[in-house]
Amino acid sequence: MTQTATSHVIGQPLDRTDGPLKTTGGARYAAEFRPAGLCHAVMVLSTIPAGRIVALDTAAPEASPGVLLVLSHRNAPSLPKHGDAAFDPPAGRVLSLLQDDDVHYNRQPIAVVVADSFEHAVAAAALVHAQYERASPALDFQRERAHAHTPKDVNHAPPDKRWGDVAAGERVAEVRVDAIYTTPMQTHNPLEPHATVADWQNGKLTVYDATQYVSGVRDALAKTLGMAADDVRVVSPFVGGGFGCKGSTWSHVVLAAMAARQVGRPVKLVVDRTQMFGPVGGRPHTRQRVALGARRDGTLTSIRHELVAQTSQIEDWTEPSAVVSRMMYACPNGATSHRLVKLNIGTPTFQRAPGEASGNFALEVAMDELAVSLHVDPVALRLRNYAEREPATGKSFSSKHLRECYAQAAERFGWSRRTGAPRSMRDGNTLVGYGMATASYPAHRMAASARAVLQPDGTFVVQSGSQDIGTGTYTVMTQVAAETLGVPPAHVHFELGDTRLPPAPVSGGSMSAASVGPAVQAACRQLRERLVSLAVADATSPVHGSPSSAVTIDDGWMIVRDNPSRRETLAAFAARHRQPLEASAEAKPGDAKERYALHSFGAVFAEVRVDPELGVIRVPRVVAAYDIGRPLNLKTARSQMQGGIVWGVGFALLEETLLELRSGRIANANLAEYHVPVNADIQSIDVLFVDHPDYAFNPLGIRGIGEIGITGVPAALANAIHHATGRRLRDLPITLDKLL
Amino acid sequence: MRAFDYVRAERIDDALTALAEGNTRCLAGGTNLLDLMKGDVEQPARLVDITHLPLAGIEPLPDGGLRIGALVPNSDLANDRRIRERYPLLAQALVSGASPQLRNMATVGGNLLQRTRCHYFVDVGFDACNKRKPGSGCTALEGPNRIHAILGASNRCIAVHPSDMCVALAALDAVVETQSRGGARRIAMHDFHRLPGTTPQRDTELRHDELVTAVTLPPSPFAEHSRYLKVRDRASYAFALVSVAAALDLDGDRVRDARIVLGGVAHKPWRARDAEHALVGHALDDATLSAAGAAATHGARPYHDNAFKVTLAQRAVVRAIREGART
Ligand SMILES: Cc1cc2nc3c(=O)[nH]c(=O)nc-3n(C[C@H](O)[C@H](O)[C@H](O)COP(=O)(O)OP(=O)(O)OC[C@H]3O[C@@H](n4cnc5c(N)ncnc54)[C@H](O)[C@@H]3O)c2cc1C
Repeated sequence: MTQTATSHVIGQPLDRTDGPLKTTGGARYAAEFRPAGLCHAVMVLSTIPAGRIVALDTAAPEASPGVLLVLSHRNAPSLPKHGDAAFDPPAGRVLSLLQDDDVHYNRQPIAVVVADSFEHAVAAAALVHAQYERASPALDFQRERAHAHTPKDVNHAPPDKRWGDVAAGERVAEVRVDAIYTTPMQTHNPLEPHATVADWQNGKLTVYDATQYVSGVRDALAKTLGMAADDVRVVSPFVGGGFGCKGSTWSHVVLAAMAARQVGRPVKLVVDRTQMFGPVGGRPHTRQRVALGARRDGTLTSIRHELVAQTSQIEDWTEPSAVVSRMMYACPNGATSHRLVKLNIGTPTFQRAPGEASGNFALEVAMDELAVSLHVDPVALRLRNYAEREPATGKSFSSKHLRECYAQAAERFGWSRRTGAPRSMRDGNTLVGYGMATASYPAHRMAASARAVLQPDGTFVVQSGSQDIGTGTYTVMTQVAAETLGVPPAHVHFELGDTRLPPAPVSGGSMSAASVGPAVQAACRQLRERLVSLAVADATSPVHGSPSSAVTIDDGWMIVRDNPSRRETLAAFAARHRQPLEASAEAKPGDAKERYALHSFGAVFAEVRVDPELGVIRVPRVVAAYDIGRPLNLKTARSQMQGGIVWGVGFALLEETLLELRSGRIANANLAEYHVPVNADIQSIDVLFVDHPDYAFNPLGIRGIGEIGITGVPAALANAIHHATGRRLRDLPITLDKLL
Repeated sequence: MRAFDYVRAERIDDALTALAEGNTRCLAGGTNLLDLMKGDVEQPARLVDITHLPLAGIEPLPDGGLRIGALVPNSDLANDRRIRERYPLLAQALVSGASPQLRNMATVGGNLLQRTRCHYFVDVGFDACNKRKPGSGCTALEGPNRIHAILGASNRCIAVHPSDMCVALAALDAVVETQSRGGARRIAMHDFHRLPGTTPQRDTELRHDELVTAVTLPPSPFAEHSRYLKVRDRASYAFALVSVAAALDLDGDRVRDARIVLGGVAHKPWRARDAEHALVGHALDDATLSAAGAAATHGARPYHDNAFKVTLAQRAVVRAIREGART
């Protein structure tokens, strides 16, 4: 078949289909829905880390202008199972739903004030005063580490995993690296904080929510409130950044629904910026031991990766940092473990590449340390230990082209200009360092479904109850649909973010495209086949009488392949079929997960410049190459990677949530003191893709790309800083004081 | 935020009358005050909007200096040709602060009176803060205190003044002009901000009934050789960990006069007189520079997380002098 206009839509750097809506303010985010009679809720949060509320003064706020309700443990409806009916780890959380007077962390919701205006609600919320009976909190990670325990599982993987014989591997090792690496507590700060609008009509609940998972919110609400799932609808057409924080249903979502039911009016509840620092999760502090053993030639003989991370008193959420060492390098002997320290803090959560981002930092800095001890090039050391099979399971990879990533990124970066010794590269007084690290993230996929409908005007509506959390789901699904249907992307209108649409999984774990894409493809393929068979049977169609196999759809035309003069537009065809024609499909992962190790890979190279006296670090450039299967859209794919790399720079150099150890309250709960990179911190970022479709994983050949971009960057920067300064810093973030 | 009354001053007298009645704060750019009101840190019963007062001009003074109206926006001040040519130190300090949007709103008076960024002051969820609630204690003494003071602090308060502009103004011997119903005052910049002592709730010498009307700058011998160096955690849009205003009057290689003022280290712009003494009369060689650097932190007392500021301040002083001398 000749290549025509619409046979290559997938992969094109199509502009975001929702771009104009976003830039003109036409995209409606959760907090912008205004059902009639909307009133406003503000959460009041605890100011102690542990204890009981013994008195709550609600008289003043209740008497405050415009106040409709002060909801607290004293008057909140009691929920099934004490509010824990939707608890289902790791994503179904233990919530703080005013079911009792206990306080388990600072900034725990203890009341909700509802008023006729936002201003009235805020003013009244300031008048809610709690008196506490304080219990002694566990807050000092160092001290509590003695009581660390083993979690039941880490995101469905076993907490401990060994392969081969580590002790034997360590005995034959000729060179060893054994060090402790730490990453700080971090807090989610997407541009759009959490927000929920809850609207009850005749016992049925509609919720407009900023979420990565409309079906998950529906199920969590239904279970927690004791309702039928069918009576809850969740709508989320646009999300201003998810990154994992909106993957779970947090307390405020349920509280908004409870408050709305109580006041008999729709309620809007926005979590303000400061309230992001506590009740809605973040990346926990990790302390990781990585011990590598190797022969003189660099061959790994043993690897240990032991994580201790913080979690809350109410839940065992685990940052799965050691998991990355189970798959990265061809090492015959390994031991990995996860331990948790319970503290009086809000429960941590998924934060872009949970486990991989923090675990990769420890592993990839340890590899750099090994390269330094062996006097070998860091890339050469990684190639020497290149894994053709996943070491811990022996499975082969579905598709792995990491060698190409190393080669292409190194070439583009100019790695060969690197002189090996630390402090050997300078520009005037400035120390220059080159560092690199491997990036990786697992490929996940879940069942998803989609529907495609031909409209009377010949265009299509294609739907899936997925979410676009800013990644470009609208755009790439439009491309998949357009190419499959044989029509220009402008003829496809993609809809998502509503539980009334065919169900789709969470937009998390980098799995949306790989899960929803095949469903969209299947529904569109079925619809296309139906259209063709209807047309060939339709006496009024120019393609009438041809065998279906001889008819194609291209650029919006139905055409007899061997006789292109016999053709008609889909618009003409649709005009004769007054009823919309539609097809639905569900696409499920096959046995790829059983047969293969499924991972994306990348290689990250970074240059740093360090002021030797003031310790100031700049990152003039990052070059990275990724093996992520087939990119669906080069533009949105590149944006995902660049965004991940920017966050990686923040992870390495800036971000740190400061816990005040007597109050358990986060001290820097604002964006002036919680530092993320600003434009001036980011210079050149160059992203390459080695384009190898992974058809063993799914029929589109794609793997997820949302999270891998942050991985590898912290280690590449730490390694570059070592190269620049000779200082090995294992404790993130690497702020300038650590270099003085 | 809590409900408050709002009045708009059309004439300076309106503002003075409102201030004299008590429980009233001036609203200028609002970039600091409104944030603090939203956080319930500041709870004024009334705001008097002073943005319509005729205090937004920059005028020459007979002695060759300049009078800068209290309502001049930070960005206008930084871009004023006279400031750039005659007081480049001030222009540098201004543009190193905040962001362009904030500088468009922020005024000279508001910048002078902006409050500390101490974690425990800006969050009413922390019980102890002597500056916010006198007598309640100081959380920073034991809590994370990487951004806190190393000089001039007390056991009641170790907060720092966050302004960049004020550090340059102190180095340029600026004078703050105020008015109240009781009359006008001129307060030297160096005396305007206070050390915390036992009354950290008072940031400055300004009384509640006083309006800042202007800041005056004397003619400066430092225009040719000055440098504002700001060291911070990220490349832009962050408060100083340490900043240095170095102003030099050079006679060839010799230092005729000098001002060294540090930001980010104390409750006020910290004039390092010992460092100035180490410079004046000396040639700017390595020995002089390192003596000045060491002298800049005489009397420093770091806390748990901020010992690095002592070293950083010393090195930043050396760097700023070196770069200032070169310009
Ligand atoms: C995110 C962020 C980052 C920032 N970064 C920096 C930085 O890096 N460096 C820096 O120096 N600053 C920084 N700032 C602070 C900024 O400079 C101040 O907020 C600004 O200068 C305050 O000016 P304003 O006119 O908005 O004051 P307002 O907020 O209006 O007022 C501040 C105080 O001054 C009083 N006041 C104002 N004018 C007068 C007057 N004429 N007489 C008497 N009282 C008066 C008010 O009553 C109030 O108490 C930052 C601010 C923000 C929000």
